[in-house]
Amino acid sequence: MIRHADYLIIGSSHAALAALHTLRMHDSEGAVTMVTRDASLPYSPTVLPYVVSGRSQPERVFLRDDAYFRAQKVDYLSGIEVERVAADRNVVRLANGDEIGYKALLVATGAQPVVPPIPGLGGVRYHVLRTLDDAVALRAAAAGARRAVVLGAGLIGMHAAENLAHAGADVAIVERLPHVLPGYFDADAAAMIGRAFAAGGVRLFTGREALSIAPGESGEPGCSVVLDGGETLPCDLLVVGVGVAPVTGLLQGSGVAVDRGVLVDDSMRSSVANIFAAGDVAQARGFYDGVKTLNGILPDAVEQGRIAGMAMAGDPGIKPYPGGVPLNTYTFFGQHAVSVGTHGEGIPGAETFTTVDASAARYLKIVLRDDRLLGIFGINAAFDPGVMWELILRRVDLAPVRERFLDAPQDAARVLMSRTWR
Amino acid sequence: MTGAYSTIAFDAARCDGCNACMVSCAQAKAGSDEVADSRIQIVAGDGAFELAMCRQCGDPRCEANCPAAALVKNEDSGVVDWDGSKCVDCLLCTVGCAYGGIVRNARAGHVVKCDLCDGDPACVKACAPGALRYVTTARIYNEVGQLEDLFVPGLSGCQGCNTELIMRHALRRIGPDTVLATPPGCIPGMGSVGYNGLTGTKVPVFHPLLTNTASMLAGIKRRYNRLGREVNAVALAGDGGASDVGFQSLSGAAERGEQILFICVDNEGYMNTGMQRSSCTPYGAWTSTTPVGEHGRGKTQDAKNLPVLMMMHNCAYVATASTAFMEDLYAKLDRAIAASKRGFAYLHIYSPCTTGWRFPSQDNITVARMAVETNFVLLWEFDPEAGLQLTHPVDAPRPVRDYLEAQGKYRHLSPEQVAHIEAGIDRQAAFIARLAQAGGAPPARPSFA
Repeated sequence: MIRHADYLIIGSSHAALAALHTLRMHDSEGAVTMVTRDASLPYSPTVLPYVVSGRSQPERVFLRDDAYFRAQKVDYLSGIEVERVAADRNVVRLANGDEIGYKALLVATGAQPVVPPIPGLGGVRYHVLRTLDDAVALRAAAAGARRAVVLGAGLIGMHAAENLAHAGADVAIVERLPHVLPGYFDADAAAMIGRAFAAGGVRLFTGREALSIAPGESGEPGCSVVLDGGETLPCDLLVVGVGVAPVTGLLQGSGVAVDRGVLVDDSMRSSVANIFAAGDVAQARGFYDGVKTLNGILPDAVEQGRIAGMAMAGDPGIKPYPGGVPLNTYTFFGQHAVSVGTHGEGIPGAETFTTVDASAARYLKIVLRDDRLLGIFGINAAFDPGVMWELILRRVDLAPVRERFLDAPQDAARVLMSRTWR
Repeated sequence: MTGAYSTIAFDAARCDGCNACMVSCAQAKAGSDEVADSRIQIVAGDGAFELAMCRQCGDPRCEANCPAAALVKNEDSGVVDWDGSKCVDCLLCTVGCAYGGIVRNARAGHVVKCDLCDGDPACVKACAPGALRYVTTARIYNEVGQLEDLFVPGLSGCQGCNTELIMRHALRRIGPDTVLATPPGCIPGMGSVGYNGLTGTKVPVFHPLLTNTASMLAGIKRRYNRLGREVNAVALAGDGGASDVGFQSLSGAAERGEQILFICVDNEGYMNTGMQRSSCTPYGAWTSTTPVGEHGRGKTQDAKNLPVLMMMHNCAYVATASTAFMEDLYAKLDRAIAASKRGFAYLHIYSPCTTGWRFPSQDNITVARMAVETNFVLLWEFDPEAGLQLTHPVDAPRPVRDYLEAQGKYRHLSPEQVAHIEAGIDRQAAFIARLAQAGGAPPARPSFA
């Protein structure tokens, strides 16, 4: 069977939904098909740690309902995997052998967990967290876990560790790099976050490597993680959260240029003119260095999805991608960390202003260059990350308010916002 | 389907930084007196106050960024609703908002944002200087937007014509059961009476003489009354037709209490025929018959105050209105339509003319607004029971120079002429204020019979 769509979107999370939203603003009638391997309505991978913790009920996390797709005149095909993109014929082949033809294709397949090549890992049961099924399974397993090991101190690993600790397990985190949440926070901030975990009873093994994994005694569930220092961490629950990699297998042989992700230009167009990519699967221009990079974060997926939708529909109001800025928010043990932008490593002339108040668990770091904001990072510090993002993208000159900005960034930025883009 | 929504507007120039809005918001939403708990944040810049609060965006990025479906734009209220039972406290919404409109509140333990207090915002009520306003003009779009435009597309008004707006808005509201009179002027001139045997309206329209508009319309209305059929008898006339040669029939119909609605579209002259002066042309204004040159310095007489003259007829309803204040205009239109079922209703709508007054076409509403903000034009209404009431009193008017300088027709004014205009404005304001104080109908003259 062959279907035809003017717009075919593979994937159903933030980038895909944002693209659908903007393309429908310009083209209310074109035939749209959204196909996703998830067997459910759309949801966000970002909500999954909260499904594990029990804060979110799995049946209440859906971002759209059937009525939405009906109203938008979208064929929503769930539980269907796209196997191949045949760019020469403008069709995709599904796992069941069916084909869908398209005029414009958006690849918003996201990413999938990386399984590290640790000897023995393949022989034991472990959890990853990328799908709703993963989350429900991990929640069930966490309820009975006494000892848990989490590989990887990224956002997924840290969330999982905290949830397991709350569930009463004895938890250890193993991270290869020297501190937690590498990439978003520097050593000072990471140490502050690490202290909260230690206080919460979580053991941190940073700068350490899991050498091998041994299965548990016969008949016993679980396994033992052997570290490079020789320690052995026995556990009945193992979570692997060492990172994710873009899902690009379906593009093999399609002619679409793929590096780590799908290489796209500033309108999210791939090397094939009618194929676009957005979100975690896309490798787009970085804001600071112009180098195409993966920027697998939710706000950027929304931004890229919006642009892709406008480009696919030929919306003349499209504005080119401003470039990816690393951004994140992270809540842990009731505390709040926010990171916007770059720490300025390797950027000549970057000035860093850091305030650490360890007793109040408050941390604030501002990075400027030529009185333009490069990045701002806080733990339990008040500022509006969306306003800061805009100040970075607009390269707003902070010279006239420099002292106030360094002293009270939230107020100073709000004044600039109100005068510049209200 | 979504419509337009009410919104909170902030006028920084009026803000004195008193913080009353923030205190009242904190009290209403958090039960505290701490401004930190307010969902509206006024920030002091150097010499001015700035605002951070939720804009209730039409395409909200906080909603797009929410992984938990906790933020949803409510299509009925326009508010971006926050559902605490779904929120996971991840703060990604705060990354999406470029306005500081959704912020984590320590006391609440989650993000908070403005919800417009269910359409009755506490901050607006607390704002004594009037810097915050709750703008409900969207109501007009939602209600009137559904009604049919009873003029055809493609009328040939000048670019940016205010009169065309007035015609379309008025007739849309009055409705299809209408007989329309359009005496010579811009209104028929731009095509409303039609070309080549076709009318420019979707209702019966006729083209009386300048002199007999009100009497012809009165006759038609009486005929329909006799047939037992209810129609709206409406005139859309220019100020020249109403105040000069048409005044006799207008005055007569008002005095007899004919059941008609007479709308005077006042663009302060005969703009259709080459911008000649009328008795509504203000003092000092350039027109082609009050030229500016070696001797002439524009019009040497003050304008006739036609709406006050009409009020003195003790009509069922008289009002002045401006397209810069649409809620006010629509309220008056509704009352005028109702009054025209009982007696004579007269609506005087100011219509700045881009061509004849000489200002850029995109500035029409700005000029109309300035006319009111400077007290050059006063917005009021009258009925015999309540008397005259100001509907948009301006306590601290802007300097009239702002208004005069916005228009080419006043470019030549000498300081003495400006002073004359300023004095006239003050006199007019004081006069209308006295009428407003007096209340009730003007004194009737005993009959001679």
